[in-house]
Amino acid sequence: MTDASMQTPETGRHSVSLTATDAHTRKRANAEKRFRAYGIAAIATGLFFLVVLFTSILSEGIPAFKRTVISVDFTLTEAQRTEAEGELFKTKAYSNLFIAALKSELDERGLNVAVDEAAIERLLGKVGGTIRTFYSDNPDKIGEPVAFDLTASSRVDGYFKGRVSRDTMQDSRFLQKSDLDLVDALEEAGIVKQAFNWPFITGADSGVDNPGGAGIGASVVGSFFMMLVVLGLSLPIGVAASIYLEEFAPQNRFTDLIEVNISNLAAVPSIVFGILGLAVFIQFMHLPQSAPLVGGLVLTLMTLPTIIISTRASLKAVPPSIRDAALGVGASKMQAVFHHVLPLAAPGILTGTIIGLAQALGETAPLLLIGMVGFVARGYPDGFLAGFTEPNSAMPAQIYTWAARADVGFYEKAWGGIIILLIFLLSMNIIAIILRRRFERRW
Amino acid sequence: MSFVKLSASAIAIAAVSATAAAARDNVQVAGSSTVLPYASIVAELFGENTDFPTPVVESGGSSAGLKRFCEGVGENTIDVANASRAIREKEIKACAENGVTDIMEVRIGYDGIVFASQQSGPAFTAFQPADIYNAIGSKVMKDGALVDNSFNSWAEFNADLPDVEIAMFIPGTKHGTREVFEDKVLLEGCEATGAMEAMVAGGMSEDDAEDACLDVRTDGKSVDIDGDYTETLARIDTNPNGIGVFGLAFYENNTDKLKVATMGGVSPSTETIASGEYPVSRPLFFYVKKAHIGVIPGLKEYAQFFTADEIAGGSGPLANYGLVADPELAATQDAIANEVTLGSDS
Repeated sequence: MTDASMQTPETGRHSVSLTATDAHTRKRANAEKRFRAYGIAAIATGLFFLVVLFTSILSEGIPAFKRTVISVDFTLTEAQRTEAEGELFKTKAYSNLFIAALKSELDERGLNVAVDEAAIERLLGKVGGTIRTFYSDNPDKIGEPVAFDLTASSRVDGYFKGRVSRDTMQDSRFLQKSDLDLVDALEEAGIVKQAFNWPFITGADSGVDNPGGAGIGASVVGSFFMMLVVLGLSLPIGVAASIYLEEFAPQNRFTDLIEVNISNLAAVPSIVFGILGLAVFIQFMHLPQSAPLVGGLVLTLMTLPTIIISTRASLKAVPPSIRDAALGVGASKMQAVFHHVLPLAAPGILTGTIIGLAQALGETAPLLLIGMVGFVARGYPDGFLAGFTEPNSAMPAQIYTWAARADVGFYEKAWGGIIILLIFLLSMNIIAIILRRRFERRW
Repeated sequence: MSFVKLSASAIAIAAVSATAAAARDNVQVAGSSTVLPYASIVAELFGENTDFPTPVVESGGSSAGLKRFCEGVGENTIDVANASRAIREKEIKACAENGVTDIMEVRIGYDGIVFASQQSGPAFTAFQPADIYNAIGSKVMKDGALVDNSFNSWAEFNADLPDVEIAMFIPGTKHGTREVFEDKVLLEGCEATGAMEAMVAGGMSEDDAEDACLDVRTDGKSVDIDGDYTETLARIDTNPNGIGVFGLAFYENNTDKLKVATMGGVSPSTETIASGEYPVSRPLFFYVKKAHIGVIPGLKEYAQFFTADEIAGGSGPLANYGLVADPELAATQDAIANEVTLGSDS
């Protein structure tokens, strides 16, 4: 390099000073600058989309964490309860009792707007279920005033969140313009207010006419149990398979065939595993439908190739000198692998596992076929083992279901669900990073 | 995180799966996406108002639901199939081949099918079946002759309609809604425009002509929507000239975005549909496997709860959501109480 540049002035062909850049150098320098600019532009584009994604998720999703409540003291007498329990449509009876109580309270307070029971019914969400559950859990509260925070109807909620406005709304049996005057008066009286949406975090799915009652909690539990199955099956199977293939198996046509198949399996669309799950796990093995266990098994099939491929790559990355040294001091092959190679490969294996799990967590398509997408609102399982077998949904399936419903209240819930899904994913990743830090060894 | 511990947990999970084939205690429902909203309302209320667990309701379309329904008898098959059309002879036969013989048919009410466009779009406010057929039929009458449909704008065949490009979003063939759309709109329109007469005159048999009437043009002016109404709504949202086919309940939940058109001079509402004045409506059903009654807890109770006056009647939550109540609900309730099956004529 130095020789070459020394020669140029002597030959005289390029009689240029060393300090001045010639055309060729300038061209190369410019090319480099351009390349750097492309790189920065690429990163900037990526960041831009990330920012757009996050702002849209947050701006659309954050309202889901707030709800409009109607908070009033309500007293239920024993006689009223007996009568309500005698009906077929019990929750409606409870709801009617509440409406009557609220109306008489409003009449007493003397608001300067007309109050009728039909209007109160339009303002309220489906509250009968909440009231009935409360009294069957706390029978000792019967006869004394209880402060209830009951969810307002989706349209009243929309009025507070700016979805519904006086100018664009049309009178319907769901809400009338005159009802908004009542809402304003109730807000002034402190009866209608905004509160944090706990039912959204803790609840289960609700019927299409009850967006206020819908929650993601039950499907978070469903996803959790599915991830337990996936982790518990795919990690040991995947690691065992890759250790054998990488360290012990002979190199022949048969193992080559297995390798090719594993790579192919990683590229199979997830819906295929769903069909397989329906045919094998439900129709042949008679496992329960809509159960996180079956969902987990199907997702295990999907995750296995990812884990095997990444585990093999990280086993390969362990320097052969480590194996040689272990074998040299008399360790058996198995000891060499388990005492020396595997601990060094552990961070890589963890990374692969977490990528596989993250993929599985966001998967909806295979769940469609095993009955986890739809209306699954059984609530929390009765115990740890029941968590695997009782029908439940999963977070992405729940989000998909909400996004397809007619009431806009559910659309907001879907965005809120995405935020919860991201938080779940983030905490999974954080656990993986902490574990990786602890296992990390340098050589 | 020793390997031994992981293997132990894997074995534990395998043990769980071995014991998992325990009895199912919830009703399992699948089928029509039109019935799904109503079924989900009832399922939630059923869970809240009884001691039975909340039923699981899946979607997937009437045909897919009935297919799964007919897969056989047993806990790993569904108990109830929702359908937005009546079960077909072919399906009853397929059911019987798999041992599903006693099927109870339950009609829950009626659903109106409405034609709606963007709130701020051109004024599509009045349709006749003939207009829809002229817009999307594959062969139409033009200047007295039967020709391939080449209409580009609505005004070309009806001067009362806006002069904008034709863009219709109709339910795909797997939807039960498609069948009603074909019967009550396309076929009617085909007859009204004289296209059917021309086809028969051209040498087709009556049946072939009826089938030909149901063909829609494939040049992109008519788009099949295989998803649900939210997909149709999204298409309408981006296309001011688009006309979508919706269920009445969906439209009523989105009146701020959609503008509905009259059909044959009648505007759709629960009243006009119940009286039969509004022409495009269809009954909604669900089918119950009688063999599962007494095996799956709460199955008969679910059917009875669904059709109770308080639920499916005129002032119940289903009607409030947009279902048109069935005037013959009492007969349905009796049939369920007596477990009357299809073909037993009583």
